[in-house]
Amino acid sequence: MSNSTITNEFALARLSAKFGDKIISSETPFDLLTIEVSSADAHEIIQWLKEDEVLKVSYLTNLGGVHYPTEKDREFAVVYHIHSLVNNFRIRLKSFIPLSNPSIATITDLFVGANWMERETFDFYGIIFTGHPNLTRILNEEDMDYHPMRKEYQLEDDTRQDKDNRFFGR
Amino acid sequence: MGKITDGKVETIDYQGFQLTTLDKAIGAARANSMWPLPFATSCCGIEYMATMGSNYDLARFGMERMSFSPRQADLLIVAGTISKKLAPILRQVYEQMAEPKWVLSVGACASSGGIFDTYSVLQGIDRIIPVDVYVPGCPPRPEQIIDGIMNIHALVKEESLRRRYSDKYKSMLNDYNIETDVK
Repeated sequence: MSNSTITNEFALARLSAKFGDKIISSETPFDLLTIEVSSADAHEIIQWLKEDEVLKVSYLTNLGGVHYPTEKDREFAVVYHIHSLVNNFRIRLKSFIPLSNPSIATITDLFVGANWMERETFDFYGIIFTGHPNLTRILNEEDMDYHPMRKEYQLEDDTRQDKDNRFFGR
Repeated sequence: MGKITDGKVETIDYQGFQLTTLDKAIGAARANSMWPLPFATSCCGIEYMATMGSNYDLARFGMERMSFSPRQADLLIVAGTISKKLAPILRQVYEQMAEPKWVLSVGACASSGGIFDTYSVLQGIDRIIPVDVYVPGCPPRPEQIIDGIMNIHALVKEESLRRRYSDKYKSMLNDYNIETDVK
């Protein structure tokens, strides 16, 4: 972040001084500080970032999921993009959770805006945000019985009944 | 003294009246005073708005008033992508329209799902409601939409007054599982 008032190195040092080993790893792709934290620590670290007097990373830009089907016990990632409007500084947190228990604590108590983002992530990936006030589908049909963005479906599904091949030149 | 023009209309020149059948007269009245309900969801809806606007001026075909209430509408114009989540709402709008009613499907998405060959999009509205005329294009230009409406007019003029009593119409609604109060 070229014109932010704090540097990636300063923010990482401050986080490491506070949390130590809870910061599992860090990198700066495209100059964006990205740290990996465990799903148990994510809520605590986001709360600290929001309330810290120096960093003031108090604006949730985005929250989403990723599916890595080949990574054993790290199948799902929840990615938080948070932003300090005061310091013009951005940081990204990643937290990996296993397919066997895809759950992580909600951050709706910190950011009200996380409510619909967590519902969307649940809708498309089936990630359970424990403590969410209303974790129901938001975009897809209510009676859908699968999570469509998981990479376990063929791109071309031969068993689909609803499409008419005449219209697609097949 | 009379002049037969198209087999049914008999005109008596300079006498101030015409002879025709009731079907023809009412068909012409219906066709030239339709109230369309625009069910517009995306870019086809924008083209439809251009069609309604002053350049293309749908009003010259007797469509001055857009009916945003299905109860008063004669023609349902579906313009745009219909997701599966929206499908029951579209069906309910169709069911709320009073007979006689017609449906115009505008654009590739409404007609076949278009480029959205995916799990969340309805692959053509004719899977849930009957369609009278399809307008191709992605999106179609206003001229094409007007051509579709002209085809609807041709249907309206030719159909019998009591289309809803015909066995063919009743069996079609039955295929779509749409209830009708006509016995």
